[in-house]
Amino acid sequence: MNKDQLLKKRYRAEKRFKFYGLVSITLAILFVIFLVNVIFSKGRTAFQRTTIAVEVNFNTEELELSSNASIEEIQDADFYDLSINSLLKLYKTEGAKQEKELLRVFSPDHDIEIKNFLIKNLDNLNKNVIVNLTTSDDIDQLHKGNYPRHLPEERRRISDFQLLIYDQLVKENKVNKVFNTFFFTNGDSRNPELAGIGGSLFGSFFTIIITLILSFPIAIFASIYLEEFAPKNRITDFIEININNLAAVPSIVFGLLGLGILLGTFDLPRSTPLVAGITLSLMTLPRIIIPCRASLKAVPPSIREGALAVGASKVQSVMHHVVPLSIPGTLSGTIIGLAQALGETAPLILIGMVAFVVDIPATPIDPSASLPVQVYLWSEQAERGFVEKTSATIMVLLSFLIVMNFIAVYLRQKFEKKWS
Amino acid sequence: MNLAIIVLIVLFSISSFFFARTKVKKIAISNQTKLNALPDYYGFYLSLWCALPALLILIVWTIFEPSIIKAFIFQGISGENAQTYNNSELNLIYQQIKSFHFGYFTGTITEEIIRGAESYKSFLSIAQGSKIVLLATIIIFTTLYALKKILNNNKAREDVEKIFKGLLFVCSLVAILTTIGIIFALLFESIKFFSVINIFDFLFGTSWSPQRAFVRDASTITAEEYADLKNAFGTVPLFAGTAFIALIAMIVAVPIGLFSGIYMAEYANTKVRKYSKPIIEILAGIPTVVYGFFAALTVGPFFREIGEKFGLEVSSESALAAGLVMGVMIIPYISSLSDDVINAVPQSLRDGSYAIGATKSETIKRVVFPAALPGIVGSVLLAVSRAIGETMIVVMAAGLAANLTLNPLESTTTITTQIVMILVGDQEFDSPKTQSAFALGLTLFFATLVLNYIALRVVKKYREKYE
Repeated sequence: MNKDQLLKKRYRAEKRFKFYGLVSITLAILFVIFLVNVIFSKGRTAFQRTTIAVEVNFNTEELELSSNASIEEIQDADFYDLSINSLLKLYKTEGAKQEKELLRVFSPDHDIEIKNFLIKNLDNLNKNVIVNLTTSDDIDQLHKGNYPRHLPEERRRISDFQLLIYDQLVKENKVNKVFNTFFFTNGDSRNPELAGIGGSLFGSFFTIIITLILSFPIAIFASIYLEEFAPKNRITDFIEININNLAAVPSIVFGLLGLGILLGTFDLPRSTPLVAGITLSLMTLPRIIIPCRASLKAVPPSIREGALAVGASKVQSVMHHVVPLSIPGTLSGTIIGLAQALGETAPLILIGMVAFVVDIPATPIDPSASLPVQVYLWSEQAERGFVEKTSATIMVLLSFLIVMNFIAVYLRQKFEKKWS
Repeated sequence: MNLAIIVLIVLFSISSFFFARTKVKKIAISNQTKLNALPDYYGFYLSLWCALPALLILIVWTIFEPSIIKAFIFQGISGENAQTYNNSELNLIYQQIKSFHFGYFTGTITEEIIRGAESYKSFLSIAQGSKIVLLATIIIFTTLYALKKILNNNKAREDVEKIFKGLLFVCSLVAILTTIGIIFALLFESIKFFSVINIFDFLFGTSWSPQRAFVRDASTITAEEYADLKNAFGTVPLFAGTAFIALIAMIVAVPIGLFSGIYMAEYANTKVRKYSKPIIEILAGIPTVVYGFFAALTVGPFFREIGEKFGLEVSSESALAAGLVMGVMIIPYISSLSDDVINAVPQSLRDGSYAIGATKSETIKRVVFPAALPGIVGSVLLAVSRAIGETMIVVMAAGLAANLTLNPLESTTTITTQIVMILVGDQEFDSPKTQSAFALGLTLFFATLVLNYIALRVVKKYREKYE
């Protein structure tokens, strides 16, 4: 091999090496795009709900109501028969089996939906009104095109008769898509078309607030102590080693801590945002302390010395000058720590937040789920409708995380002083 | 109730701040004396004395109140009945009494529970009353003490700063307390577990099926039953599964992460760097439950379909799917850490290499990479520790059965999966099955602790070398 060939070979190696790097970066970026694409394409449809227009006659005699009934009276009335009768008028049925199949085109809570409609529009008493009723999950998925209809009947969850009804209703323009408010306001449910993230939104909110209240002051105080006041001795070293190690301890271990100590020894209520908040704040504490210390360290010593020179005490120089200058970095570190806590699942599972909770929690000591736990719970469900619900929950969760991270970046870029 | 007390204390302490400030100013003017500190510090002094001791007592009280009431109730139950209960039965009755008192009890209501609930109620009100009296006296005494000090014109600033520094120190101790709490929680249950199961059988047994372990009373185990139990709690398959999935993750993450780190540090211009680095770091910010969902819903079935085409039997919960997705999750940890590490290598080393005619890739391979190796090894070790502690991906995408296999297409299980599976839902307390989860947690904690410790030491040593 002569010199030229050798040189060419070396240059080829150079190009190859650079190419590997480029491929790796592209792969990593493609993963991000692919992941986001899968989630969004699956979750998009969950924000819409399929309804069927049904004519309902709110006859007060049939409902055994007085002619100008109050809201309380309507609340107590039984709408089941009225609802069934209105639904059965939609399509001609023969026999109990076909009746049942027609009713199963709709979500099981149709009578409550009709009742709520009347409560909202009281002037419709004694009138014939068109009400949009939620369809069952199977029809919902079929209408959104997520459900293969060309399978043989025995492999389908929808019967041929139901398909007939559906096609007829589509022809009559009675099947509509509306914005799915249920998804944001309802609690968990066994029926995908009624299940919502209302409960887990509140659960996550309470959890994060408790985490913030507990971890933010402690983290700031601890980092001020370690960065500004701590003497160089064994205790300080030990604290620092502890913080660095805790930041890398797997989150599930904190779940065991919560289960063993908070639930076991202190007897705090299970499945509640209170316990979740305490557990997560212990977990986030070291992850906040590390950026807080970095931002305190970034304040140049001249600031401290200037304050000391004009007669301030050490505490005054730190609290009046160093800490205010470090606030942007501190806040952005805290927000990023909280964003991690918001997405954390494993410790919450161990402290019992996987319970099936229908009610929306009103206080931090009510049992509840949280957004990531809801993702886990729904992903275990077999119904097709829960796939889009899970993806949509992930979309909501990710958008919270994106907003939090943007605030953190904005705070740092806008308000942090560059010392040079 | 506690919240109301806290609000009251805080309000009182805020008002005492203003009180002390104006009081001190007035005295200074009327007596024509010079104050030893700014008036604000007298305010802080009084309000701190007002609030801190009372809050401290309140916290201690709240922590110990339930267990003391519990002890009283236990005494009541055992005292009035001829029959004796063991500890777990007492616990059950206590829970029933509590839920009856709060009005969400479902089940048969017995005389005992009603009486217990009555005494629970009376204990609660006694505790409530004595707590308020105690707190009120403490606040009055501490406030009077601090007021006297202030009126004597003490050195308020120094005192306040001393208290403040003490507060800072206590806050930094929370990290140590957390570690102690973790070790205590894990050891406490693990010791109970290891008193039933020999630690060597736990660490070296090759069969794991805790659902078979239904023995509740540990003291009366025969040798035969123990042989059965031993076979239920052998953790070798779990360690193997964890290591195997972590290995697959590393095979994905190390080359991709390392090459992207190198490209970003050495080749990329500022524009590429500015956009690609945050995009890759998105991968680190995505919650792991999302990866788990992705692995279970998309990647697992995808591999099974491909396998079917080639006539291979691929489990839909294969180790490959879980490991691959975990690898994707870990890429940013390796890429950003190795990027930092490579940037820390002094430019003079590169310049020396270029000067003798090396190409850029030769410089990287033969000069920069060896120089950065300790830091890169440290970052890989940190990534391994993250992989073995990762929970949600394996819970959702890896299997539950403990197979001792090296086939990536079969399903395996991991330590974290088993912890979750044992502890999810209702647990029976004091059964070896529940305790085994804590023993697994202990092993996991120590494994990651050792890895992190080594990794942090290596990275730190490396940093010192070039600084």
